Amino acid sequence: MADPATRLNQIRSEAEAAIAAAKGTAELEQARVRYLGRKAELTRILRSIGELPAEQRGPVGKGANAVRQVLEALLAGRESALEGAELDAALLADPLDITLPGDPARPGGEMHLITQTRREMEEIFLGLGFTVLEGPEVEFDYYNFTALNIPAHHPARLSQDSLYFDDQVVLRTHTSPMQVRAMEAQEPPIYIVVPGRVYRRDVTDATHVPMFHQLEGLAIDTDMTLADLRGVLLEFVRAMFGTERSIRLRAGYFPFTEPSVEVDVSCFACSATGVLADGRRCNVCKGTTWIEIAGAGMVDPNVLGFVAGNGYDPERVQGFAFGFGIDRIAMLKHGIPDLRLFFSGDLRFLGQFGSGA
Amino acid sequence: MRVSFSWLRAYCDPELNAQQVADLLTGSGTELERIEQIGVPEAEGFVIGKVLSVDPHPDADRLRVCSVDTGDGARTIVCGAPNVAAGQMVAVALPGAVMPDGTKLGEAKLRGIRSAGMILSEHELGIGEEHDGIMVLADERPAGAPLSDVFAIGDQVIEVEVNPNRPDCMSVYGVARELHALTGAPLAEDPTGPDAEPSGEGRVEDHVSVEIADPEICLRFTARAFENVQIGPSPPWLKQRLTAAGQRPISNVVDITNYVMLLAGQPLHAFDLDLVAGSRIVVRRAADGERMTTLDGVERTLDPGMALICDGEQPSGIAGVMGGQVSEVDQQTTRVLIEAATWVGPNVLRTSKRLGLRSEASARFERQLHPALAIAAQRLAARLMVELCGARLVPGTIDAYPAALPERTATLRLERMTRLLGSEISSADAVAILTRLGFDPSESAGVVEVVVPPWRDGDVRRETDLIEEVARIHGLDRLPATLPARRNAVGRRPRDQRLRAAAEDAIRGRGLSETISYSFTSQANLDRLRIAEEPLRIANPLGEEQAVMRPTLLTGLLDALAANITRGETDIALFEAARVFAPGTTPAPIADASPGGARAATERMTLGAVLTVAEPGTWRSARRAADFYAARALVEAVLGIYGVEASFAPPQPGARPYLHPARSAVLTHGPRGPEVGWAGELHPLVLRAWDLDGPSGERPVTGFELDLDQLADACPATPTYAAISDFPAVRQDIAVVVAEEVTAENVLAAVRGGGGDLLETVELFDLFRGEQVGAGKKSLALALEFRAPDRTLTDDEVVARREAIATALGEIGGALRA
Repeated sequence: MADPATRLNQIRSEAEAAIAAAKGTAELEQARVRYLGRKAELTRILRSIGELPAEQRGPVGKGANAVRQVLEALLAGRESALEGAELDAALLADPLDITLPGDPARPGGEMHLITQTRREMEEIFLGLGFTVLEGPEVEFDYYNFTALNIPAHHPARLSQDSLYFDDQVVLRTHTSPMQVRAMEAQEPPIYIVVPGRVYRRDVTDATHVPMFHQLEGLAIDTDMTLADLRGVLLEFVRAMFGTERSIRLRAGYFPFTEPSVEVDVSCFACSATGVLADGRRCNVCKGTTWIEIAGAGMVDPNVLGFVAGNGYDPERVQGFAFGFGIDRIAMLKHGIPDLRLFFSGDLRFLGQFGSGA
Repeated sequence: MRVSFSWLRAYCDPELNAQQVADLLTGSGTELERIEQIGVPEAEGFVIGKVLSVDPHPDADRLRVCSVDTGDGARTIVCGAPNVAAGQMVAVALPGAVMPDGTKLGEAKLRGIRSAGMILSEHELGIGEEHDGIMVLADERPAGAPLSDVFAIGDQVIEVEVNPNRPDCMSVYGVARELHALTGAPLAEDPTGPDAEPSGEGRVEDHVSVEIADPEICLRFTARAFENVQIGPSPPWLKQRLTAAGQRPISNVVDITNYVMLLAGQPLHAFDLDLVAGSRIVVRRAADGERMTTLDGVERTLDPGMALICDGEQPSGIAGVMGGQVSEVDQQTTRVLIEAATWVGPNVLRTSKRLGLRSEASARFERQLHPALAIAAQRLAARLMVELCGARLVPGTIDAYPAALPERTATLRLERMTRLLGSEISSADAVAILTRLGFDPSESAGVVEVVVPPWRDGDVRRETDLIEEVARIHGLDRLPATLPARRNAVGRRPRDQRLRAAAEDAIRGRGLSETISYSFTSQANLDRLRIAEEPLRIANPLGEEQAVMRPTLLTGLLDALAANITRGETDIALFEAARVFAPGTTPAPIADASPGGARAATERMTLGAVLTVAEPGTWRSARRAADFYAARALVEAVLGIYGVEASFAPPQPGARPYLHPARSAVLTHGPRGPEVGWAGELHPLVLRAWDLDGPSGERPVTGFELDLDQLADACPATPTYAAISDFPAVRQDIAVVVAEEVTAENVLAAVRGGGGDLLETVELFDLFRGEQVGAGKKSLALALEFRAPDRTLTDDEVVARREAIATALGEIGGALRA
């Protein structure tokens, strides 16, 4: 019989080769039984150490144990490698079609573009210190006309332009009546914006609808100026249309403001060049580089006179008012050709504008 | 209004181009609409020619061969006009001239004869419709002189929109005055200043009498008479100006009335005096239903709000709007009456709107002209009548002016102006601007006193009006941009708006898309919804489709739903947040007094939705059609945002008849509280009315409406903290068997009653029917959680509560299932 130490080395080499060659956990188990099992040569060696001469017991025992430990470690390592591979193989046997669409999220609905635009405008004015108020849509003639210095025979009062319920009640033709209601309810200083629906007796076409949306503004204090109006509107257009925008004030006419101004914003579609990138005339500003965006002015002293009893003495306080068309801004910004689309309820239209954030 | 640029420059020429002038006018309140090129693009190549001889064309009967002196010797021009004759001064286009339509004239051979130019008709120059005959000029300028010496053969029209407060800008001279104020360029003398010399016998009163039957409709009526009037065509310069302004030249007399209107802003009317019945003019109101035919050939039906100008027999014109076909000036006319009157602006506006008849005259009168303008216009017209028609002005003027307007003065404090504008304009600048505008200012110690000129009497009366005048001419765009002090300015969105936005976002997140529909609807739609309550009705609707204010959002939602289905959509879920309306309860306020914040009608902010689908089908899950529970889930989401608990009850018979009687609920705030909305399926008859019932009625439509105003009022102001217990909960599931007709709400109430304070939560998690529970019964599975705030519960305590629950369930015929 060979020298035990040599034999141990042989066992070790054979076992290492067998472990390395095992192609699966089953073959590995066979190797384990062969080299470390109860009937294995190494096991027998370890078990029969006591039969060896005393001087050999130490070295052989030590050597055999060392080989066993090495083989156990190898087996464990090899086993986890083989198990991982076998598991992967098993997993791959049941594949998904990962090209199918993802789990459908519960579809969200659409926010109407008018609501998006209104909220954006409200937010800008909130940031400028204005409170958002809403007023009634069915309005007394007094608030809609009389107290806004729209005299009894003003064209706007003719029933052809307004929808009436009776002599004194009208569907508001603008959001301006809330100026007077707000001033009746709150002493100066006052800073408000009023979004809402307004109504005109207009035959419907691409640019006329009987109902649309405005956003009114009113600011009154002892020292409010036309230059302040310019500053507030400038901040607004820059927030709404881009920081490089400028505004232009032109003289205008409204019964409830004096001086009255028309407000233009420099064209955001052509960067105020009047010409589009492809050389065509800008269709948003019609090549003029300006877009009419609001009517405004200093609140007429006659309007203040109607609420003078609540602290609005026109010799003591002054302020400005402005009005935007929400639909118009949405149309300009998003290139919408026909006002009627807003009121069509057509899902093909409603779904085009995202969340507005 | 169309302003001829060449005409404008005749009164004020700042040496700017048309676009620059238009920009200045736009900035000061007279907004440019468009600039149009009219006539020839370049004056070069258009000269005056003298016809030396005319010979027949050897090869064409209708052509003549003319020899024409165009200053550079005689040239041959072939002409087809029948009226060409030797000795005439004519308008000639030389080869190389560019015609109004853009074509460049070349030398052309006409039937073998080379023509070195073209003799022009008025039509070819764009100042008239005469194109058979050539234009024959007065012998004022020599052959070879530029044709543009005679009239503006090339011009631009600046079309502007004039504000309703600016009658003065409805005239060329008024616009010239604006331009003068804006640029400081000199302003020519007011053309209405000098008068014509009357001559001959008699007085105007011998020719006609005027009676104003109702001074309320006529502020001033002036008339002058002319004899020996020679009717004929107007000279080219006048025709050109009228044409540029959009008026068709007719005859010298009619053209003069239009010319004066366009230049001075005062409409006039010319009568053939021999055709004025009874030599008498009466101004009166129309009788109700009275009829007359206006110049345009349309018969009009009148009412007593309308003012008429009549002769001794019949109406000859609707005051301020349009004349009639009676006593029109024609080729035979020799005696003319020219009328210039001042009508009441609002009355003219009303008349023209009622009749649907707008005219150049009504556009001016409706802005309220000053009576001073009537007599001023007579002066200009008289000069032109004498000059262009060879007429004799009969001495005297009929001038019925019952209540002369006083001269108006106003005061401007310069300090006040600076305070309002936020920027200082110097005293010298302010005075100069007001001077140029005709206000005759005088300044002393920072206070400017002005006299308001008649043409601005209507809109400049107060200090603030003067501030506007100075500011708009000085340049609004020169103001700085500043921000206000913003004292007490905390931008806020009121609570009801914040809650509404959260509710909108929540249901949008659950798949509903927002629509916006008109607040009005048709009575037919209310009938389809079987709503019997009287709605708020519009007195003057544009049509039946927009006649009533909607009492429910369903009208717009169902219209939108049906339209989308027609377009092929199937899974639709729509919502709208808007007001619904009902007649008001507020008594009518006293006219012209503040209603004190009262509301004119009942308006409720409402959130409404309709849906055909609860969950659309996907490749992962089957489609779930909308049903009551889908609607209820949405309602509960909104109620959760408002922190409001609502009770669901079946609709009372007859109430909300648009709801499915068995598959819908009415919501109340608290069991007997006010109604705050509804949820559930719509009535099959409603679906049928909107064609939504499908071929076999398989398409249920559910929805809801919630009164957001009431929910906002009910929303608890500020929730306060409730202590959180650290002691463990005891969880138990139970199954309760009850008869079908016992509602879940009954069961939950019994369980809560039995569970007492220790029962923290109870939740229904399953509903089961089947053989195990028996026919006519159902089993509800409930998850219970017991907890005490101050101790760990013992088993005995929980057992006792369970027994109490069993007892309570027994009282409603229910039993715990093992």
